[in-house]
Formats: sequence, structure tokens, C-alpha cells
Amino acid sequence: MLQLEDLELRQGGFALRANLAVPAGTRTAIIGPSGAGKSTLLSAVAGFHDPDRGRVLWQGQDLTPLPPGQRPLSILFQDNNLFPHLTVAQNVGLGLRPDLRLSRQQRADVEAALDRVGLAGLGPRRPAALSGGQQSRVALARVLLRKRPLLLLDEPFAALGPALKAEMLGLVGSIANGSGLTVLMVTHDPADARRLCDLALLVEGGQAHPPQPTEALFADPPEALRRYLGT
Amino acid sequence: MAGRAEPLGPAVWAGTAVAAVLLALTLGSLGAVAWNAGATAGLGAADWAAIRFTVVQALVSALLSVMLALPVARALARRRFPGRGLLITLLGAPFLLPTLVAVLGLVAVFGRNGVVNGWLAAAGLHPVQIYGPQGVILAHVFFNMPLATRLILQGWLAIPAERFRLAASLGFGPRDLFRQIELPMLREVVPGAFLVILLICLTSFAVALTLGGGPRATTVELAIYQAFRFDFDLGRAARLALVQFVLCAVAAAVTLQVPVPGAFGGGLDRAVRRWDARRLGLLDAGVLALATAFLLVPLLMVVLAGLPRVWALPAPVWQAAWHSVQVALGSAVLTLGFALALGLAVLRMRGPLAQGLETTGMLSLAASPLVIGTGLFLIVYPVMDPARAALPVTALVNAAMALPFALRAILPALRQVDRDYGRLASSLGMAGWTRLRLVILPRLRRPLGFSGGLAAALSMGDLGVIVLFAETGNQTLPMQLQRLMGAYRMGEAMGAAVLLLGLSLLAFWAFDRWGRRAAA
Repeated sequence: MLQLEDLELRQGGFALRANLAVPAGTRTAIIGPSGAGKSTLLSAVAGFHDPDRGRVLWQGQDLTPLPPGQRPLSILFQDNNLFPHLTVAQNVGLGLRPDLRLSRQQRADVEAALDRVGLAGLGPRRPAALSGGQQSRVALARVLLRKRPLLLLDEPFAALGPALKAEMLGLVGSIANGSGLTVLMVTHDPADARRLCDLALLVEGGQAHPPQPTEALFADPPEALRRYLGT
Repeated sequence: MAGRAEPLGPAVWAGTAVAAVLLALTLGSLGAVAWNAGATAGLGAADWAAIRFTVVQALVSALLSVMLALPVARALARRRFPGRGLLITLLGAPFLLPTLVAVLGLVAVFGRNGVVNGWLAAAGLHPVQIYGPQGVILAHVFFNMPLATRLILQGWLAIPAERFRLAASLGFGPRDLFRQIELPMLREVVPGAFLVILLICLTSFAVALTLGGGPRATTVELAIYQAFRFDFDLGRAARLALVQFVLCAVAAAVTLQVPVPGAFGGGLDRAVRRWDARRLGLLDAGVLALATAFLLVPLLMVVLAGLPRVWALPAPVWQAAWHSVQVALGSAVLTLGFALALGLAVLRMRGPLAQGLETTGMLSLAASPLVIGTGLFLIVYPVMDPARAALPVTALVNAAMALPFALRAILPALRQVDRDYGRLASSLGMAGWTRLRLVILPRLRRPLGFSGGLAAALSMGDLGVIVLFAETGNQTLPMQLQRLMGAYRMGEAMGAAVLLLGLSLLAFWAFDRWGRRAAA
């Protein structure tokens, strides 16, 4: 279970509060108007934004004092998820060892992960030689190898077309199922939330509300969500 | 990104150590100088003459450089022609050019047996004399008119193209355009360019050493050297060094008050589309041809005369060249190390401390190498034979002088890498050495290569602090060249100059190419 305990995040004149729990093994969409603090919330979980108050806990362990790299999570950003000067295989290999001193077995694991996301044989290429969708797959192959129980997605597929985006969400779903990941995904598209996530969490008015079943939330949206959706 | 408080890493310690070295070099050496200056206070008549000449020649050189640069920059801003990019690159070349090579070229054109005097004699006119104040100013204009052109051109190209389109649609003629658009820009850009060049000319040593001298054309820097070498009057050298420091500090303080455009930025290959300049084509072409000739002819004369003589150069010249290569490589490595350590520390720290570190890296812009050299000599002298420290000290001082340019190239790139890939690296647990090796250095190759090349070329051609330290055994190539020129062995001097020019350009090219070969 991921707990945000009495969390308060300030940025400039803006404050976001959260006091909620996300059950392990679920997939939760973080929805809300732009500027509401969806990404800030994710940053706090990932360790890029120090909370002004409160704690972040995973399975009872306090994550707050841990640097980003030591937290039990992988994160995909909106862009810059790959190092352009490293090969595809190196980018994936970073998920095993950040200094890239890989054993023969680990190299084989990298190949297997690339195979799993449908990029077999593309290891020696550089990211620039790949399409946008393929680049997303490389980042997901790295998630596979990192084997961290939490996966945070900060709209990493926003630049892809609808069909590609659906394909990536499908891949995320199958990876999450296979590895038993707990997924938190920032999105402003209700369709994305419905496609991937069993739970949805509304961020609005300086408050992150506890997650609810996605279908139930959209079937009977509270006033704030209705305003956002325009229904 | 508001990051978490990470423990002070080795980067911060290294950066602080570098800052301490720089402070010791600039302010510490000044302290040593001040300590020695006390004994017999007061400045003599010769000292005052040196101060007067330093200021006057710097003012005149800066004024002439800017005035001559104006029509050249204007022509470059409004003309598109084949070779324009090449010409703009050429305008950047004097920065890498060893001072003595240019001086030798100017002597070949304007000297007693030079081209110009040949024409004057044929026309029955008095010959011109290059040695003296006019020669010093001529050489300064040669070096700084191109710099001024690039600075002013930057200003011209920073005017939004829409404004020229608007002017064209309103039927502006050249005069209206000048009054409404160009004059306001020049009012902003020209004072900065003038002051930067003034500062450069205030610290002129090599030019004054070769073309100046005597009561009429001795700069303070040259007077320091003479007090040192000829009289071994350390007290007088120290007093002059203090004077030089005050001159530089005042000029630097004034320079800080005005915005200075960057001369090394990109985007100079763009030409503004103009509608008012059709009839001025001949004028612009003439201006550009004159400027190109002024820059190229002296260099061509050196290359043509010197190239066949390179292989016949005597052994001491080759040995000096070897010393210079070592000093240049050492200086480049030091510069890059200093810049990286300072840059990483600045990135890691926040607020006034980071600002302070950055300023320390820029400090040598206002420092005079001869003052630093005097101070270091005074520190080293009681401990060991200064001649033995000549080459390492030269590499160190050269590195400090090149550092501001390296920082200006590396720091923005470092910030960019941190912005783009800092969070990704952190989320993957890449820290310390791993982060430097796998993320920062590969992304920084271009500015690192450029800065390394700049540092190596500047050091290769530098004739400054070395003259205070070196004896016959450990001279650099510029020192050898100066000796040959002083002995009027012009043939060998030309050969040595070509060797020096070749080594400087080769050093820059090799580093820069390494940087450009970055894969992504």
C-alpha cells in the first residue's frame, strides 16, 4: 500500500494537500485540471519534490528520507526518458546497474527485455534512430528490468497519436500484470484512465482526493470533476 | 526542479578548491606584490609616463577599433554573398592568433622594408615608422577591430526581422532606418564593445614589448617587465603591478555597468533581409574588401615567407616548440578541470555562494598576467629557482586566463544537461562518478572540445608571464620568436612564426574536432 500521510507540498504561492492510500497492485489514474498539481504529487512520490509536511510510505516504509534512485519505483517523464548519447541496450541496461558494468548474464537480460517489448535486435541503435513509439518501448523495457514495485507515469505518451498511445497503455497493462506493479499515471484524458486504471484519484482545488473505482467516479462525477470534464 | 538536499559531494569540494587556487593566483599574488611595494614608495616620472601611455593608447585603440568596425559590421549585416560565413569565421581568428605572428605580419606590411614603405618610396613620400605608439595602436586595432565587428554584428542581427519588414512597408529610407532602428541598437551595443576592448588593450604586453618601448611607448605591463629584467628592482615592479591592478579594476568595474554582448554565440551566419540597401552595394563591397585585406595580407606575408623556412629552423626553436606544446596541453587540461569543477559546484550550490564561485572563475578577466606573474615570482623566488617553475607556472596562469571563456561555454551546457536529464539520472540512481562519466561528460563534449582548443591555442601563443620566469633553457616558442625578432633575424622569425601559427591552429582544431565528433 502507498500512503500519502498528511502530505503538504508548496510551490510558489500554491499548496497541495493529500492524505490518502493507494492499495498495492492497483492502477490509479491521477486526473484533474492542468496546474492542479498532478505532476507535483508524482514528483513528491518520486523524491524530486521535498514535502513541506507529512510522509510518503510504501508498505509501511517511510520513503521521505530516500533519494530518488533508492525509492522502490520507476518513473517515466513526459520527455527525455532516454539518454540520446547511449545506445538502446545501454539505456535499458541502466535499469540493472546505473554504472553500466553489466555481466554477460545481465546483457542477456537486456536482450530479453528488448525482445519482450518488441524491439529484438535494436539494442545497438541510438534513440534518435527510433520512432517515438519505439522510444517509449525502450523506456518500458528498462522498467521491466528495474523490477521496482511502483511505476509512475507522468504523461509519457502524450506526444504519441491515439492508436500508438492505446498500444503503449496496453503494453504498460501487460507489464504491470506480469510483474505485479502498482501503477500511478498522470493523465488529463478520461479515456486513458478508463483504458488502464481500475482506480482514479482527483486532484483539484489544492487537494488530492482519495482514489475511487474509475467507472463509479465517471458514472457519478462530483461537482469539481464535472466542471473539469465539462459534462 | 526543486531538488532534495543532497550531501555536499566531491564536486563542491573540488569547485571550492579551484576557487581557492584562483583567489590565491589573483588576489594572493597581489598581496605578495603589495607586501613588497612598500619599501621605497612613490612613482617616478617614467612610471607616470607609462601610466599615461597605457591609458591613452588603450582609449585610442578602442575608439579606432569600434569606429572601423561599424561600417564592416553594417555591411556584413545587410549583405549576403558567397564567402560571408568564411569572412565571419576569419573575424574570430585573431582571438586564436599568437600575438607575435600578427606583429611580424604587420612589420612585413608596415615596417621599414615593408610593402607600404615600398609604395611610399616609389611615390617619393616619407616612410612610415611602425615602432612606437602608432605601431602599438595599429596592432591593437588589428586584433580588436574584428572582435568589435563581431560584437556589433551580434547587435545588428538581434534586431527582429519584423522591424525591417515594418520599416520597408512604411517606406523608410536608409536615413530613417538608421535613426529609428539602428541608432538605438548601437547606443546599447557600442559602449560595451568599446569597454571590453579598452580592458584588453590596458593589459597589452606582447605588442608593447615588440612594437613599443622607450619613453614614448611603454605600457605599465612592459614597465613591470623592464623593472624586473633589466633593473631587477622588485619594489618598483611591485608598485607598477599595483598601478596596473588599479587600472584593470577600474576598467572592469565600469565594464560591469554596461551590458556586453557575447562574441562567440552562434547565429552570425544569418543575414537580415533588407530593402533599403540596394544602392549602397559598392560601398559595402569596398569596406569588406579593405577589412579582409587588412586582416589577411599580414598573415599571408608571414606564411609565404616563413613556410619554406620551417624545416631549416635551428634546434633551440624546435625545443622551444616542444615546451610550448607541453605548456599548451597542460593549460588546456587545467582549464577544463577548473571549469568542470567550478561548473559542477555552481550547479550543486544555490544562491550567493554559487554566484560567488562563478564570479571567481571570471576574476581573471580583469587580472593582468604580469601582475600575477610578479606576485608568483615574489612568492617562488625565496623558495626555489624561478626558472625551474617557469613552464608549470605559465600553464597555470594561462589556464586561469582562459577559464572565463571556458566557463562561458561550459556552464550553460551543464545547466541544460541538468535540466534535461538530471531527474532521469537521479531516478535511475546515477550519482557521482557514474553520472559524470555516463551523462555529463558525453553531453558536454562540444563545449569541452571548444574550450580545450581555445585554452590550448591561447596558451600556445602566449607571451606573458613566461618572460619573468624563463631562462635560456626553458623558453617557449613565442619567447624564441621574440628573441629572433629582437635580433632582426627576420627569416628565421618568419619560419618560427609559421610553426607557432600552425601549432596554435592545430591545437584548436584537434580539440574542437574531438568535441564535434560527439555522436548525439
